[in-house]
Amino acid sequence: MSRGRSRSTTRRGFAVLGVAIRRERWVFAASTLGSVLFGALTVADAWVLGWATDHAIVPAFRDGEVGTGVLWTVVALFVGVAMLRAVGIVARRLGAGVMQYRMQAHDRRAVTRQYLALPMAWHQRHPTGQLLSTASSDVEAAWGPIAPLPMAVGTIAMMVIAVAQMLAADVVMAVVGLLVFPAVVATNLIYQHFTSPLMTRAQALRGEVSEIAHESFDGAMVVKTLGREPEETERFAAKALELRDVNIRAGRIRAAFDPTLAALPNLGVLVVLAVGVSRVLSGATEPGDVVTVAYLLTIVSFPIRSLGWLLGEFPRSVVGFDRVRAVLGATGEMAYGDRSFPHPDRGARLEVAGLSYSHADDQTLLRDLDLVVEPGRTVALVGATASGKSTLTSLLARLVDPDSGAVTVDGVDLRDLARGELAGTLAVVPQTAFVFDDTVRGNVALGAAVSDEAVWHALRTAQADGFVAALPDGLDTRLGERGTSLSGGQRQRLALARALVRRPRLLVLDDATSAVDPEVEARILAALRRDGGSDGTSDDEAAAPDTTLVVVAYRKATISLADEVVFLADGRIADRGTHAALLARNPAYARLVNAYEQEHPLSDEPAGPVTPGTPGTPEEARP
Amino acid sequence: MSTVSPSGTRMDTGEDIAALETIRRGIRFSPELTEGFRTTLLLAVLAAVGQVVVPVAVQQTLDHGLGAAGGPDVRFTVLMGLAAAAAIAVTGVASYLMTSRLFSTSERGLATLRTKAFRHVHDLPLLTQNTERRGALVARVTSDVDQVSQFLVFGGLLFIVSLGQMAVATVVMAVYSWQLTVVVWVCFAPLFLSLRFFQRRLTAAYATVRRQVGAMLSAISEPVVGAAVVRSYAIEARTQRRIDEAVAAHQAASTRAQGLTAFSFSLGGISAGLANAGVIVIGIQLGLAGELTAGRILAFAFLVTLFVGPVQMGTQILTDAQNALAGWRRVIGILETPADLVDPGETGHDLPRGPLDVRFEGVTFAYPGGPPVLHDVTLHLAAGTRVAIVGETGSGKSTFAKLLTRLMDPSAGVVRLDGVDVREIRGGALRRSVVLVPQEGFLFDDTLRANLRYGRLDADDAALEAAAAELGLGDWLAGLPRGLDTRVGQRGESLSAGERQLVALLRAQLADPDLLVLDEATSAVDPALEMRLGRALEQLMRGRTSVTIAHRLSTAEKADEVVVVDGGRVVQRGPHAELVAQPGVYAGLHASWTAQHGDPAGSR
Repeated sequence: MSRGRSRSTTRRGFAVLGVAIRRERWVFAASTLGSVLFGALTVADAWVLGWATDHAIVPAFRDGEVGTGVLWTVVALFVGVAMLRAVGIVARRLGAGVMQYRMQAHDRRAVTRQYLALPMAWHQRHPTGQLLSTASSDVEAAWGPIAPLPMAVGTIAMMVIAVAQMLAADVVMAVVGLLVFPAVVATNLIYQHFTSPLMTRAQALRGEVSEIAHESFDGAMVVKTLGREPEETERFAAKALELRDVNIRAGRIRAAFDPTLAALPNLGVLVVLAVGVSRVLSGATEPGDVVTVAYLLTIVSFPIRSLGWLLGEFPRSVVGFDRVRAVLGATGEMAYGDRSFPHPDRGARLEVAGLSYSHADDQTLLRDLDLVVEPGRTVALVGATASGKSTLTSLLARLVDPDSGAVTVDGVDLRDLARGELAGTLAVVPQTAFVFDDTVRGNVALGAAVSDEAVWHALRTAQADGFVAALPDGLDTRLGERGTSLSGGQRQRLALARALVRRPRLLVLDDATSAVDPEVEARILAALRRDGGSDGTSDDEAAAPDTTLVVVAYRKATISLADEVVFLADGRIADRGTHAALLARNPAYARLVNAYEQEHPLSDEPAGPVTPGTPGTPEEARP
Repeated sequence: MSTVSPSGTRMDTGEDIAALETIRRGIRFSPELTEGFRTTLLLAVLAAVGQVVVPVAVQQTLDHGLGAAGGPDVRFTVLMGLAAAAAIAVTGVASYLMTSRLFSTSERGLATLRTKAFRHVHDLPLLTQNTERRGALVARVTSDVDQVSQFLVFGGLLFIVSLGQMAVATVVMAVYSWQLTVVVWVCFAPLFLSLRFFQRRLTAAYATVRRQVGAMLSAISEPVVGAAVVRSYAIEARTQRRIDEAVAAHQAASTRAQGLTAFSFSLGGISAGLANAGVIVIGIQLGLAGELTAGRILAFAFLVTLFVGPVQMGTQILTDAQNALAGWRRVIGILETPADLVDPGETGHDLPRGPLDVRFEGVTFAYPGGPPVLHDVTLHLAAGTRVAIVGETGSGKSTFAKLLTRLMDPSAGVVRLDGVDVREIRGGALRRSVVLVPQEGFLFDDTLRANLRYGRLDADDAALEAAAAELGLGDWLAGLPRGLDTRVGQRGESLSAGERQLVALLRAQLADPDLLVLDEATSAVDPALEMRLGRALEQLMRGRTSVTIAHRLSTAEKADEVVVVDGGRVVQRGPHAELVAQPGVYAGLHASWTAQHGDPAGSR
């Protein structure tokens, strides 16, 4: 933005328009042609009237009669000129519209491509509401001057002709009259100077207003339950009022700019008259020449006004353009390699070596982690709240890259993989499920070519088939934005089905069943248990037989499925081994996973064996 | 909470409000818009008159001053020059004052409108908010409002002035020749008639444009919020396709509307051509009949331009206004969507401090168009008791919590707190006394301190730390590198899901409610912490009525009473020890729970 200040807003405004003209030169040409046609035919109207006077009115009153042919010609000329002028109007306005909307759509596509390409770290710094404002308000502002552009360009021809005629009539008066132009430039510079900072602020405020609205609507539940509507409204109103004040200040300047521009040619006429009278009195010029120059100056006043409409849009346009460029110029996209996996048909081997990761504010979240999971094995990640488990799953899914060390799958560093390759192999089910504004089918398949049977199969494994079947349109039921019309547990199961339907070779569950109640979770676990539980309910093989499984879990039933347990504490691996071994030798681990029993010892109860295939049947009830 | 409601309550789109009605209602929501209207209108008329005076004065100077027979008349020229200068000054000042007054009233009116609409979104039931996509809601308080401003400054008033100019021009024309005036009006009649036709089309076209803006923002916001999913499933291409479709739909709608606008506007010029031709042709006929002179016909032809100018200006304003009106309608649409949860306001009941007595009397709840989620529930929870609600996912537990905290009102029956129908309790009093801690605590992109203060606005750091200590979270707070100054990120995403739940609990602790409702509020924290929290929450529940939606039966075991919900009905209730001994739903849930936390590995 500082670079923008150093150059004049007017020049930058023209540069922005240059971008649009170069990209849409034909549409621009058509609409400018329309504008020229309109201008020419406006002049033609006067000519037609003159023709009608000479050929119809005068002869008619002279002769006391008039020929029908002449009258029809008058009608044809007037209507013909009007029709052509209408064509000009349509070409100018529609052309400007097409050009404007094409540029907007182009930028919106480019901006949203950036949103999708930029890394998570960038998104964490840029609130959703701001990004929405850039895609809508800033893009709109950037291309705002396109609307008055053809008119301004079209009238410039008029101005050039008028100036040439003025010079031909009387050079001294013409030069005096042409002083209007430097005055226009000066007025414009003053306007841009005062308006630009206000427009910069206004666009930023538009972003902030959008940001508060988005965040506040997003957190509507909390706002409502804590009765904070008045405070939220105050927070929003503060920005809305600031935007109002900036807009009013900018508006006052605009209110002075427009009439000043309109007055300049008129003042020019007065000066020309003053000079003209003295020149006529001194015999230096003829009264007719004064009339010509004065008349031509009034003709110039319209182009100057239409130029004013164009220039008036510049400050906002330049600011919008800069804000859009800032997004387009943002870097930090993840680099991808070109490697693919060597064995795409069997469980993946996961290796984490010397992995460290710290947050933007220097908070180290993971320190020097080493971990190997052989194909088909199940590893449980156990650790206290905020011990780094979710950070690790983000690294496994390559949502972020490590500060040092590497994650490799089947011997390939994730950073060397081709774009999209990892997603075909690994699926992560996050703690907080995200549901798209789409049908159930769309949410599970996410565009992958999978049959309805496969979708139902995955839903069954995730224990989501029951509630989906009960939805009014089954798989075709649309779920609201962010799936808020489903309960937390239902969303988690949908997210699980989404992972399962892809038959991943490496499945990472990040506490993905925390909102599901135990009974349902037990059924999910039973379906996921590959080598059969005590009663072998292996009717399901949604995960390929030797899918490698990494599970973040607290519940012992989940942990006990694992071949190995990795116990995380403060971003390090504190211990690893089987659940039983850790339980026996690591008191911190035992405290963590046995917390429920310690609170309420189930000493009188032999724990298990359980039948996860038929949980919830009352015969397990204990008196 | 198990049913989606595709046919759920919809936000009023406002699309069927007529143009003048839109302005009328808009003014009702933003009374600032009419402030000082007469003065502004006077200034507008002054500016309009001045615009005509300047060229006339110049014309007079040229014709009679400079070009006077027998050399330039200096005196006349100077006089007229001064008159023109005065007219320029008056025009400039009047139009400056008019425009800046208009900017001021418009922006003030729109800020009020924006804020009212924002507030009203929060007053709508969660149900309505869910059916309207988030991005589209944001569009209504941002982009839709922005559209109105241009119209208010450069449209509305100038349209009235144009009408005035048309009237004046008509009168002047009629003085010259009433017959030709009729001709002019007949020539313009098709335009005026077609305007109605085009207005309807334009209204529909711009309504589509505004709707597409909302849809586009929704399509853009979704993958931004769900950035992690989009990346981990590598569905960028599909997501981009969805966005591109929305962008293209908006582009197509805008272009179509612009085409209609251009076409409709161009008709004015054709009418003007017809009128000019008509004046000459009919004028000649009248002249031949001895009614008019040639000079009068020509003078009349110039008068027609005085009529055509404002007609074209008016047509342009009218067509351009449609976009603004479409935006305005959508904002008004929000404000006119009834807030189902009507706050009785100051006439409502207050709640006394102290634990609340809760009654459900024949409460049934169904989402619009869906089957009942709760059937005829009648239940009494005595003041000061700790109640656990258990049941399978989708059994209606969360609905129960939402009715209890008046996030929704029942379809039938009454929820009473201390004997008062919740619908008759003042909103502020209800929120003061009743707090729900949801499963996913939403955090604002701010510091931890600001987020905790959401529970009690005047809490100082000491109070926040004390609250954390009371819940046994002092270590956690102390362990954060920046303590209360920690930035939590958008939606609190810099914290783990478990930590976000801790913040939600701390907020409730600070809010100090008389009825505490916990909806699986500790599902994402580790077991050791959960048990610690459980003990702390017991402290918190002392002296209050508490309802806990539990997915861990350890909570149920400690409750004074367990309410078992199944298929939207209360099927069992009583203390844990009693229920677990009976065959039934509770015993089944309990068995499953023990299976989960028993240790199969150890037992093999």
